[in-house]
Amino acid sequence: MNLARTDVLIIGAGAVGTALARELSRFEIGVTVVDRLNDVGGDASKSNSAIVHTGFDAPPGTLESAMVVRANPMYDDLCRDLDIPFRRTGAILVAVTQEEEAELPHILAKAQANHVYDVTPLTAQQVRELEPSVTSHVKAGLHVPRESIVDPFLLVAAQAENAIENGAVFLTSCEVLGLRRDHDGFYAETTRGEIRSECVVNAAGVFADTISGFLNIDDFKVHPRRGQFHVLDRAAPLGIEHVILPVPTPITKGKLLTPTMHGNWLIGPTAEELEDKSAHNTTTEGLAEVVEDVRKRVPDVTPAFAISQYAGLRPVREPGGYHFRTFPEFRGYLELSGIRSTGVTASVAVAPYARRLLADMPVLNRVKEKGRFRLKENVVAKRKGIPCFREADTKTKEALIEQDPLYAHVVCRCETVTEAEVVQAIRRRPGARDWDGIKRRVRAGLGRCQGGFCGMRIPQILARELGIPLEQASKKGAGSELLDGRTKSLRGTS
Amino acid sequence: MDIVERDGELVFPKGICRRGREYARREIYNPCRVLTTTVPLLGGEIAMLPVRTSKPVPKAKLIPAMREIASITTTAPIAIGDVIRADVMDTGIALIACRNVAAK
Amino acid sequence: MKNVTCDVAVIGSGPAGLAAAVAAHDQGAEDVLLIERDAGLGGILQQCIHNGFGLHLFDEDLTGPEYASRFIAEAEARPIRQILRAMVIELNANRELLAVSRNEGLLHVSPKAVVLAMGCRERPRGAIALPGFRPAGIMTAGTAQRFINIEGFLPGKEIVILGSGDIGMIMARRLHLEGARVKAVIEIQSCIGGLSRNLVQCLQDFDIPLYLSHTLTDIHGAHRVEGVDVAPLDRHGKPDLSGSFPVSCDTLLLSVGLIPENELSRQAGVRLDPITGGPLVDQHYQTSVPGVFAAGNVVQVFDLVDHVSTCGTTAGSSAARYAAGEIAAWDDRMCRIEAGKGVRAVVPQRLTADRDADEVHFYLRSGSVMRKATLQLSNGGNESLFTKRFRIVRPPEMIHVAVANGDFIPSKSYAASLRGEIT
Repeated sequence: MNLARTDVLIIGAGAVGTALARELSRFEIGVTVVDRLNDVGGDASKSNSAIVHTGFDAPPGTLESAMVVRANPMYDDLCRDLDIPFRRTGAILVAVTQEEEAELPHILAKAQANHVYDVTPLTAQQVRELEPSVTSHVKAGLHVPRESIVDPFLLVAAQAENAIENGAVFLTSCEVLGLRRDHDGFYAETTRGEIRSECVVNAAGVFADTISGFLNIDDFKVHPRRGQFHVLDRAAPLGIEHVILPVPTPITKGKLLTPTMHGNWLIGPTAEELEDKSAHNTTTEGLAEVVEDVRKRVPDVTPAFAISQYAGLRPVREPGGYHFRTFPEFRGYLELSGIRSTGVTASVAVAPYARRLLADMPVLNRVKEKGRFRLKENVVAKRKGIPCFREADTKTKEALIEQDPLYAHVVCRCETVTEAEVVQAIRRRPGARDWDGIKRRVRAGLGRCQGGFCGMRIPQILARELGIPLEQASKKGAGSELLDGRTKSLRGTS
Repeated sequence: MDIVERDGELVFPKGICRRGREYARREIYNPCRVLTTTVPLLGGEIAMLPVRTSKPVPKAKLIPAMREIASITTTAPIAIGDVIRADVMDTGIALIACRNVAAK
Repeated sequence: MKNVTCDVAVIGSGPAGLAAAVAAHDQGAEDVLLIERDAGLGGILQQCIHNGFGLHLFDEDLTGPEYASRFIAEAEARPIRQILRAMVIELNANRELLAVSRNEGLLHVSPKAVVLAMGCRERPRGAIALPGFRPAGIMTAGTAQRFINIEGFLPGKEIVILGSGDIGMIMARRLHLEGARVKAVIEIQSCIGGLSRNLVQCLQDFDIPLYLSHTLTDIHGAHRVEGVDVAPLDRHGKPDLSGSFPVSCDTLLLSVGLIPENELSRQAGVRLDPITGGPLVDQHYQTSVPGVFAAGNVVQVFDLVDHVSTCGTTAGSSAARYAAGEIAAWDDRMCRIEAGKGVRAVVPQRLTADRDADEVHFYLRSGSVMRKATLQLSNGGNESLFTKRFRIVRPPEMIHVAVANGDFIPSKSYAASLRGEIT
């Protein structure tokens, strides 16, 4: 196993790790990000409600609140520069009982305490004017105008592409099996070899305790809180354009209904405290609970609208709250734990904050000047996404086909995704290596028929582009191959 | 349909037509099925050629026939009805092509 | 971008589209365009390599590809323009469509009449909210059929099939013959979802276990399917977890329903029937949008392809007549035909006033299994326009009746109902 060397090793290519990598890649620092999964995007970071929060309901005065409130306004520029799907839909809290209605002034006060000053009360009539599909039993509401939606996977992937463009290295399928500190730095033992670095940043989400545990820092635990979701058909007659929020409880933000950047709606999540960090399975009870709860606010929702379901595991730290920690006995180790619920949103503000924490540590003196990191010359600041055929107007469609004839080959009927886009998804750095990676980048297989039509074409394109045999084309890496052998392989055995 | 055998003869319920009786007799004494499958096709516009037995074959021969067919590969061009194998598992029944396929 | 005009554009070259294109030409349409997204004609029939097609229309027992070849030959014997490897991505209420073709790039087509013949698609896992992990190895039965019969790949070695519709049962046999182990077919209803002949020839012939009134409660395996949990239903129709048992497998095929492909219909503003999921159509198979016709599974899921062809023929010749100005759009002299008691769905749902044909052919599905059933078509009063008796009716087996056209009174509503002994 060879020894790779880097200045900063970031463990976890989810929202936080990737945002930090992008941030650091602007400076003269060697950055390596490792993730045990076979793609960037993380775990919780890609299976959530895809909402960019304002922080109106964060615990006031906390690090979480500060990060989220700071992050929200950063999204306009970020998403414009990196071509990330993002929209300021606004959110409406809907109170359907008197108890909930009585909560609203407290929530308003909490918003103010969090420095979110643009939350306004709504009467029942005003709620229904904004969103006619909300139940006629609505008592009152709150309008949170800057609550927004984003494509959370592309948020991470776009930042990863940009970071790589500026010199960062991402190693996927690279699980950290051990970590120790020596006199000359950290040694991380991974499934792809040993990595030596001067700094280590723990952005490992639900495995943050495992990573800190390697250094015998065991004063906290992380357990997963599962959130199950339904994805609703774009054609569902809901007509809802705002995020529809329940009145929040202390445990979770409740079960919401939100439009997505791709025209669907999400409903969810549940909040199940679990122990198993790989329990990404949905359950009958959980899925039913989601529908039942959302119907209190939007009665038209029915399971018949659903086209797919998923479950995400939020990392819950105990003791709770955002913890950005450094340790005198482990110079160069930065633990970013407890980031959850608002983690995706906060990530873009956590990044510069963490960069300053690293700059303040007595490490990386080689790359510092007067205690600060040196900015690179020629930082690539922008990134263009893969041109989307479906959303292009006719003229643009023609131009795309002109430039790349594979844009005339529609591979995914439901989402009108072309072969050109699938190929680009594979060729980007970091690129898709399997069907899920393609799905997340260009949506093939995500639509109404869930891969029925494109079922064969995607594996064929994967095999061709990656130079692998068709039988190796997988859903999400080794062990999840999509096809068995040729038909003849089993004949004669029955 | 409930059928009873009495003294070596089948007794049918009332009102069953001739076709129905013939079907029932075959099903009881010598059930046969048309076998349909695919064989790999070389040099054609498509990769797998759909084929069928030209007539139903005895049920018991279906799996043995599949094993025999497993070793067949054929080449384009193909016309519907082309005999791919003249006699499947000694049934005297041919395996024929179900689709026209031009050479690539 | 190429601009193309024509008399009739047919979208889809499966049995409905082929029949429609041929009929449109024979009715006198000079310029008929047949648009197909695959590399060749025939649509879904090309992957339906089993026999059982054409018993009504040809009095022969044909495989899907053989049946298709009859109509392909008819189409190719006529000057019908074929545009292959072309996907129609937009259709508007003026019948203008936008297609993207591998060979010709973007195509803008302005036909005088359109026939929608895109068929149907299968309900995926998400539509029935099957819980569990999301591993590789879960797909619809039709997708597996395409993998095996067109591409030559097996989806897996140990199979469980959810749903006893025809596609599920057919695939059980196909996989068994190719040497896979089909461990179970699970059906939530108390009777099979497909034709009785398939129960015999696909499941019983091969001793493939069928579990009626059962459902799946879990799917195991994070990367590849490892097994499923099967549970019987209790008297309330809910899974009885105490009777749950595991079945190990590496593949789960879903045969849980077909839905008409209505993306383009919606775009064009065609009014849909919430029960069938397809467009409301009149006896010409014209939809609510003038000049837009629909035929085959895109209207409602048929069980016999012979009926699909007949429907396609009617739609195609009507489209040609519309293009020639001989058929009018809907107006308020229309009759409405509704699914009444005991009937799940009826097509056509409208009758326009122009009564050129002697008879109207209706296709209905019963809501449940009924013995000694009486089908009635009546307009609310005690008078029945049409009556027919059946020994037995079953939901998977479509009922086809011909009713004298002249008996319908303009602008009246009629209901089709079924009465009998429910088993």
